Amino acid sequence: MSEVSKTAGAPGEVVPAQRSGTEDTFLSVRDLRIHFQTDDGLVKSVDGVSFDVKPGETLGVVGESGSGKSVTSLGILGLHRAAPNARISGEVWLDGEELIGADPDHVRRLRGQKMSMIFQDPLSAMHPYYTVGAQIVEAYRVHNKVTKKAARTRAIEMLDRVGIPEPGKRVDSYPHEFSGGMRQRAMIAMALVNNPQLLIADEPTTALDVTVQAQILDLIRDLQKEFGSAVIMITHDLGVVAEMADKLLVMYGGRCVERGTAEQVFYEPQHPYTWGLLGSMPRIDRDQTERLIPVKGSPPSLINVPDGCAFNPRCPYADIPKDDITRTTRPELTETGNGHFSACHMAQEERTRIWTEEIAPKL
Amino acid sequence: MAAYFIRRVFGAVLLLLIVSAVTFAIFFLVPRLAGQTMDQLAAQYVGKDANPDSVAAVKKNLGLDQPLYIQYWDFIRQIVVGADYQFGPETTRCDAPCFGYSFRRHVEVWPQIVARVPITFSLAIGAAVIWLVSGVATGVVSALKRGSFLDRFFMSVALAGVSLPIFFTGMLALTTLTVQWPIWSDGINYVPFTENPGEWAWNLLVPWCSLAFLYSALYARLTRAGMLETMGEDFIRTARAKGLKESQVIGKHGLRAALTPIVTIFGMDFGLLLGGAVITETVFSFDGMGKYAIKSVQDNDLPIVMGVTLTAAFFIVFCNLLVDLVYAAIDPRVRYS
Ligand SMILES: Nc1ncnc2c1ncn2[C@@H]1O[C@H](COP(=O)(O)OP(=O)(O)OP(=O)(O)O)[C@@H](O)[C@H]1O
Ligand code: SF4
Ligand SMILES: [Mg+2]
Repeated sequence: MSEVSKTAGAPGEVVPAQRSGTEDTFLSVRDLRIHFQTDDGLVKSVDGVSFDVKPGETLGVVGESGSGKSVTSLGILGLHRAAPNARISGEVWLDGEELIGADPDHVRRLRGQKMSMIFQDPLSAMHPYYTVGAQIVEAYRVHNKVTKKAARTRAIEMLDRVGIPEPGKRVDSYPHEFSGGMRQRAMIAMALVNNPQLLIADEPTTALDVTVQAQILDLIRDLQKEFGSAVIMITHDLGVVAEMADKLLVMYGGRCVERGTAEQVFYEPQHPYTWGLLGSMPRIDRDQTERLIPVKGSPPSLINVPDGCAFNPRCPYADIPKDDITRTTRPELTETGNGHFSACHMAQEERTRIWTEEIAPKL
Repeated sequence: MAAYFIRRVFGAVLLLLIVSAVTFAIFFLVPRLAGQTMDQLAAQYVGKDANPDSVAAVKKNLGLDQPLYIQYWDFIRQIVVGADYQFGPETTRCDAPCFGYSFRRHVEVWPQIVARVPITFSLAIGAAVIWLVSGVATGVVSALKRGSFLDRFFMSVALAGVSLPIFFTGMLALTTLTVQWPIWSDGINYVPFTENPGEWAWNLLVPWCSLAFLYSALYARLTRAGMLETMGEDFIRTARAKGLKESQVIGKHGLRAALTPIVTIFGMDFGLLLGGAVITETVFSFDGMGKYAIKSVQDNDLPIVMGVTLTAAFFIVFCNLLVDLVYAAIDPRVRYS
């Protein structure tokens, strides 16, 4: 919609060779690796992650704290490239363009325009010194050559759209004058002001209380239907994505351990870590203390990732595969069903048996 | 905002009253508590040539024969309406605002201060401009190029700046630039701005830089730390995610937040400096507030010491009031708390 995005192919820029993924894929991530050089060693925050998202589709990304979800999403936006200690490799194809090797200024112009992001804590994610309206206006005017007045009208329209009462008045409020839920709505208004085709929501409801959570998720879903955008919903809580996601990606220690359609991952999960996540999912009809299969132990170090399967120190089934292979060889993602991938050394029949006989009945 | 403004101004006035009362108590209550007789106290004000007549006159003029609260009330009243000092048959008028009378020098305090404030102010304002610009600029560059050669270079210079006292850098600059390479061949002498602005600035340049060097160093380190912190904030990530240019991210989002604490510290430093840049004034022989204060203490000229103290307190309170108002303009959260 604006002129600025039409500079693809500017001199000195790498011309996209060939897009990967299927024809109707909007975002395609291939073997993304993001490592950080730190004083303690090389942090492998993301270590070979691949997935596709189609227009109008929602991909849920789940995994516990530190599994690399945020780093992955910021990597798609190209926000790690300025960090002097970041090493990035792999491919990110957005609407047919490869972004990892593209001109940084070109990627900057796509940010907030074609792809945008909602953050976890809207209070710290918004600038305390500027009004909510000013921040939305700013987001709009980076990518659109319009007057301040027109941008303000647009900001009020967006605030109205995300359900903020009296938007004409609230546009001049500061973030700290909003409630948590209102702030997240304003954040969504800001992210959607340029009608992005890809929206990444990084734990958009974690900082909110339960009733507000549901409202915000509903809002995102409505807006997605309305604009037909692709959505990546990041969360450590499977409950959040249960109703929303078309596809799921389970991350563990910077890697993808399982991905597939939501049905596949929810009803025929193939990875012991996913079983743990499902087991620790809070349910309304059951007491929290009754969690069946909590994931014991702590998340792996990303500097000294355990050899073999990164999950092995915590996996109750680590001894089932023969020859200690689980501790020596990294399991590859293999397809076990139509588009259903998982990375585990256990034989598929064994996993299906454990799931159907031992785990599923207790959930 | 208006309510906040009124509250702050009111607070500042109250603070000044308290400061004046405390200062007054130090000069007049503490000696009483220490067991000094009023004659002894009065004799201190007269100085070497004390005789029963002059002591009696001073005692009467200062109201030392009155209860303390009346003495204080007179002191405050004199500031507003002025006073008449009587020495035998002679009367000396001390016009409002009358901040007392030096019995040793036989001068009113206020005109003495008024004559010196512009010198100290000239010194402070120029130095402040230099240190703010250079300190903040190097701090920002250091933070953005953290760990680079430039950063390490700036921070080493800053460390030197913080460690080297002004009487060293000032003296060095003075001897080098007036004797060794006599760029200021006639020495450095204060010329009032109203007389010749060019000469004013030219003569102040070296004192400005000597004074600013120390503060620049402090401000560079502060700015660097503040900038490093704000550039790691979530709202900076949001600004980048919007697609803003890095220059806008730094200038509009980073610097604005990083500068807030600098404003507070600047207000205090500047207020303090207006009360007298003691060492710089002494090194460059500028007859400002600081040098005058030292001289009066040495001479035990108490009315002047008291006047200088109150003036310094006024500047500090006033600058802090300004800071509060500027702060509220920068950070909207302040206005509501
Ligand atoms: N700039 C960086 N330098 C070094 N390490 C980093 C950097 N950014 C992230 N990491 C590390 O990468 C790991 C993954 O972080 P990430 O924020 O992606 O986790 P997450 O899955 O989003 O977790 P959470 O649920 O807590 O948000 C963390 O261990 C973090 O310490
Ligand atoms: S590979 Fe081994 S350790 Fe890893 S999930 Fe499968 S069984 Fe568990
Ligand atoms: Mg995160």
